[in-house]
Amino acid sequence: MRKNSKLANLYLALMIIITYIPIVITVVYSFNESKISTVWSGVSLKWYQELFRDRDIREALKNSLVLAFFCCSLSAIIGTLGAVGMSKRKTKINHMIEYLATIPIMIPEIILGMVFLAVFSLLSIPFGMTTLVIAHTSFCIPYVLLNVKARLAGMDESLEEAARDLGATRFRAFIDIVLPLISPAILSGVLLSFAMSFDDVVISIFVTGPRVNILPVKIYTKIKTGVTPEINALATVLLAATVCMIFLSGWIGRRAGRLENKEEEDEKGN
Amino acid sequence: MKKRQNRSIYLMLIPIYAFTIIFVLFPILYMILLSFLSKAEVWGVVKEVTLDNYKKIAEPLYVKTFLDSIRLAAISTGFVALLGYPFGYFMAKLSKKWKKRMMELIMIPFWTSGLMRLYGWIIVFRSNGTLDQVLMGLHITGSPLKLLYSYQAVVVGMIYALMPFMVLSVYSSAEKMDWTLVEAARDLGATKFKAFLTITLKQTMPGLLSGVILTFVPSMGMFFVSDLLGGNKIVLVGSVIQEQLTKGRNLPFAASMSVVLMLLTTMLISLYKRVTGSGEMEGLV
Repeated sequence: MRKNSKLANLYLALMIIITYIPIVITVVYSFNESKISTVWSGVSLKWYQELFRDRDIREALKNSLVLAFFCCSLSAIIGTLGAVGMSKRKTKINHMIEYLATIPIMIPEIILGMVFLAVFSLLSIPFGMTTLVIAHTSFCIPYVLLNVKARLAGMDESLEEAARDLGATRFRAFIDIVLPLISPAILSGVLLSFAMSFDDVVISIFVTGPRVNILPVKIYTKIKTGVTPEINALATVLLAATVCMIFLSGWIGRRAGRLENKEEEDEKGN
Repeated sequence: MKKRQNRSIYLMLIPIYAFTIIFVLFPILYMILLSFLSKAEVWGVVKEVTLDNYKKIAEPLYVKTFLDSIRLAAISTGFVALLGYPFGYFMAKLSKKWKKRMMELIMIPFWTSGLMRLYGWIIVFRSNGTLDQVLMGLHITGSPLKLLYSYQAVVVGMIYALMPFMVLSVYSSAEKMDWTLVEAARDLGATKFKAFLTITLKQTMPGLLSGVILTFVPSMGMFFVSDLLGGNKIVLVGSVIQEQLTKGRNLPFAASMSVVLMLLTTMLISLYKRVTGSGEMEGLV
């Protein structure tokens, strides 16, 4: 019963192929000599050279990485502490704050963009890195919060209690018992946050300053002005980085899984 | 003892309370307030409560914009559900090894920049682009189709950008499904189709519905898809808000459009919660 028919598998394969068509085409044309992407005139790496020489893009990439770093760290801390704190006390107000905290990913991005634009001008916070970090953190917290919350719900509370009974302080029990158990959830929340922050155009357009360039906005304006193979090259580089990251996170996941299995075996052995 | 425990919990909760109140609750309340004000001559707002913005939204031009956006979102969501449901469902039936591989194959495009993925479609769709070349090469069409900057191109872009949300939602609920119920139904004489309708579909409904919301809600605001693939020909709520902010400099009107849009999406989400009886979105994390 739980096996796919040939037709079903064919469907899956077909969907994956369609998914990859635009990606493969983008990659292939990044090696095209010609500037016009409809004509193939030989293999060349010149667009990559151009890309690496492009100061603007390098600057934008740097800014995007700095932004992602700050918003991921902030949302990891705020989201994790929030999820742990809320799991201890399920009051109505906690529930409401949790609902409010997840609003940024529940409403269309454009609203968030407009709201932040209005508020930052009201508070006269200068548009730039600060405003970007605040805006991005707001939509990254939910990913960490929900991930950690789900993990905590499935966690055995008696472990923490046991540590406390054995004399560990609350802080100690948190660091030694709870944190290691929820760290995969934090990590996956952070990875998701990173991807979202690195990719966001809609909100960033509204909260970025005139002097701060970030990658998605830069790409957006470049694509709007026309198709150039340099963007293909950039897309290829980003794709390669993504693939690396996915394998890395898969590897970490597998290691964590192995560790957990080992612990279980040890438990059985004892 | 109890007191100290309380204190450490409060300490943990301070950051999220502070952030949420200052940067989520307050901005939203401010937006609602703004929507009842009007634009000042140059820049800024007149501090006088008025319903003008909402009256303006009720004008045919803006009503049409809302309807157009809802239509596009509905069409895109329909296609995403139609194509994504079987995808997620079949994926849940794969072997463990293949599930993992599939997941990675889905995550790679999902994680690369959404813009880059749209950019790929621009190359495919543009006049004399890849699609035209293939079709003309096979002598299916004689001349370029001019698909870029058309409604169809925007729909394809939307479907493509939003498909992963549906697939992951359906997958995560199909994963949790109790397959023995399907077997039981079959044993009791239900046809495959009937068993699917009565058991499988019912059990995967939360995933499907949450996929629908995760697709519908963002598609209302994704102005850059219609911008890049539709060439500004299709005016959506998102594009109007953006235009009012950047060119029109009319913050109050943009705010009132946002309020209406937010009401629409909140209604959808609470409908979802009512129907499924749970507050959690399937497959979101």
